[in-house]
Amino acid sequence: MAYLELNNIYKIYGEGDGATEVLSDINLSIEEGEFVAIVGFTGSGKTTLVNLINGLLKPTSGEILFKGEPIIDTSHERGVIFQNYSLLPWLTVGQNIYMAVKEAFPNESKRVLQQRVKDYVAMVSLSPAINKRPKELSGGMRQRVAVARALAMNPEMIIMDEPLGALDALTRGNLQDEILNIWSKDKRTALLITNDVDEGIYMADRIIPLKPGPNATLGPEFKIDIERPRDKTALNDNPNYKKTRNAIIEYLMDIGEARKSVSQTEYILPEISPKSFVA
Amino acid sequence: MEQDITLKKEGQGLAFLKPMLVKLTSKFQQGDLISWLKKSGITILSIALFLGLWHLGSKALYNKEANYKIEKALTEQGQEAADAERACIASGDSSCQPNTLPAPSQVWASLQSLIADHKVITADKAAFAQKMEATNEKLIAQGKDAIVYTGRASFIDIVLTSIKTVFAGFLLALLIAVPIGIIIGLSPSLRSAFNWFIQIFKPVSPVVWYLLVFMIVKTLYIGDSSDNAFVISFISVGLCAMWATLVNTAMGVSSVDKDYINVAKVLKLGTFQKVFKVILPSSLPLIFTGLRITLSVAWMVLIAIELLAQSQGLGLFVWEEFQNGANDSNSKIIVAMFVIGIIGFLLDRLMLMVQNMVSFNKNEGV
Ligand SMILES: Nc1ncnc2c1ncn2[C@@H]1O[C@H](COP(=O)(O)OP(=O)(O)OP(=O)(O)O)[C@@H](O)[C@H]1O
Ligand SMILES: [Mg+2]
Repeated sequence: MAYLELNNIYKIYGEGDGATEVLSDINLSIEEGEFVAIVGFTGSGKTTLVNLINGLLKPTSGEILFKGEPIIDTSHERGVIFQNYSLLPWLTVGQNIYMAVKEAFPNESKRVLQQRVKDYVAMVSLSPAINKRPKELSGGMRQRVAVARALAMNPEMIIMDEPLGALDALTRGNLQDEILNIWSKDKRTALLITNDVDEGIYMADRIIPLKPGPNATLGPEFKIDIERPRDKTALNDNPNYKKTRNAIIEYLMDIGEARKSVSQTEYILPEISPKSFVA
Repeated sequence: MEQDITLKKEGQGLAFLKPMLVKLTSKFQQGDLISWLKKSGITILSIALFLGLWHLGSKALYNKEANYKIEKALTEQGQEAADAERACIASGDSSCQPNTLPAPSQVWASLQSLIADHKVITADKAAFAQKMEATNEKLIAQGKDAIVYTGRASFIDIVLTSIKTVFAGFLLALLIAVPIGIIIGLSPSLRSAFNWFIQIFKPVSPVVWYLLVFMIVKTLYIGDSSDNAFVISFISVGLCAMWATLVNTAMGVSSVDKDYINVAKVLKLGTFQKVFKVILPSSLPLIFTGLRITLSVAWMVLIAIELLAQSQGLGLFVWEEFQNGANDSNSKIIVAMFVIGIIGFLLDRLMLMVQNMVSFNKNEGV
C-alpha cells in the first residue's frame, strides 16, 4: 500500500452549463519517503490537485488515500506551502509562524514555541524581518515566510505549490537545499509542484508532467536516477541528468504543441504570478 | 551592528553633500510653503465668497420683507401708517424687524451672546452650589437627595447633551450591530433568514423609530417620574443608525478572502480561533467603515429625535428657537446649524483616524 494514493480522480468546477472538468482520471501513488515533482502548464490544475491532496477540496469522483485512509479534511500531517503565500497581513512574520506552531504543538510551552519560530525564521534568513508585516516584505521574502511556516509545523508530508517561484537563483538554491535537508534528515515525504524542470531534477526522485487543461491528466513519469546528495555544479556533466532533462523538455514541448494545434490557444510555459494578498 | 556601520559610512561619504541637501530641503520647503499658501488661500477665498453671498442674500431677503410690510401698511392703513412702519424698521426696533435669514454679522453676535449667556449660567451654578453646600451636606448626611441646580441649560450644556446622546446611541448601535453582524455573517442560512428583517427596518425613518421606542420605554418607565427623554432619544438614535454597521459587519465577515480561510483550515484552527484570529481581523476595515457611517447617521438623525423626545439637546434648542420667534432666534438657529455641522465633521474625522489605525492595508489606499 502506497503512502499516498490517488485513484481515478476527477475534479469538476461549477454545475450545469458552467461546469468545467479540470482534472480527469488522475492516478498517482507516492511511497513513504519519496520526493515527487509535478511539472505542468499554467492553469492546468496544479493548485487544484494540491488542494485535493491537502484536504481543502473534495474530488468529484475517485478516491484519495493517505496512509490507507481516505482524506476527508486537512491535517497537520500534511503541511502546505501555498502558491500565493497566504500570510495573514495583520500579523507579523513571527506571529504568522507562531500561530501555526501553536496549533501543531498545543502542549509545548510558549518559550519552546517562540524558540522554534526564531529557528525557522533564521533558517529562511529573515531574522531581521521577524517583526515586520507581510506588506513590508518583498514577494520573495513572503514566500520564504510561507516556507518557514509550513516546515515549522513539522509535517510528515510536505506539499509545495510552486514554493520558490519568486526567488532569485541564489536564495532559491539555498532554500532547495534547506527543504532537501529537512526532507532527508527526518525522512519526510514530499510533493513539489514546480515550473522549473531543473529544480525538479535536482530535488525529486520522480518527475510527472501534468498535461495542459481542461481535462488535465498526468503524463508518463520520469525517474531521476542520480545519487544523493546531488551536487548542483556537477549535475551538468552528469550524462544521466542531460538525458533525463532532454527527455522531459521534449515531452513537454510535444504536448504543448499538440494542444496548440488542437485548440489554437497559446500555452506559455508555466510562469507563476502570485496573487498579492493585500490587493 | 551592520546597520550602524553602513549608516556611519553613508554619513561620512555624504558629508560633502550636506550644504547641497540643506539647499534642496529649503527649496523643497519653499515649494511646500507656496502650495500651502495656495491651498489655504483658496479656502479663505471660498469662505469669504460664501460669507459675501450670504450677506447679500440675507440683505435682499430683508429688503423684500421690509418693503412688503411698508406696502401692506400703505394699502391697509394709509400713508401715515406706512411712514411709521418705515421709521420703525429704520430705527432697528425689534418689534417691527423683518424676521428672515439673518446676516453673518447677526449670527456672529448671537454666538457671542450665547457664550456670554453660558458664562452667566455657569457663574449662577457655582453660586448656587456654594449656597447649597451646607444644606446639601446635611441632606446627604440624613440620607436624602441633594438639591441640584435646575435652572436653564446654557448653549454649551445643550451641545454636550447632544454629544452625550449621540455617543450613547452609537455605543448601543455598536453593541447590537457588531455581534449580530458577526453571527449572521458567519452563517449563510441565518443571513438569508435575517435579510428580510434588515431590508424592512433599514429604511424606516427616525420619526417612526422614535415613536416605537417611545411606546415601549413609556410603558417600561410607567409610574416613574424621572425624565426618560434622554433614554428614549439615545435608544432611537442607536436603532436608527445601527444598520450600516450591521450590514457592513455581516458583509465583512461573510466575504473574508478565501486564502485566509484556507490558512485557517490547513492550520486546523478551532472555531473560536478562526473567528477571532482570522475572520474578525480581516473584516475590521469594513466594520469600521460601517461604524463611521453609523456615527454620521446618528448625528444626523439626532436633531429630529431630540426635537420629538423633548430632550435638552440641539434638536430641541433649534425647535424652541423657531417657536420662540424672538428677534435673534433665527440667528441662533444658524449658530446651531454651524455647530452641528462642525461637530459632525469632527466626529467623522475621529472615526476616520480610528479606522486608519485598525486597517492593516491603509498603505494600499483602500
Ligand atoms: N474555485 C474555482 N472555481 C472554478 N474554476 C476554478 C476554481 N479554481 C480553479 N479553477 C479553474 O481551474 C483551472 C485550474 O486552476 P488551478 O489554479 O488549479 O491551475 P494551476 O495549474 O495551479 O495554475 P497556475 O499555474 O496559474 O498556478 C483554471 O482554469 C481555473 O480557472
Ligand atoms: Mg497554481
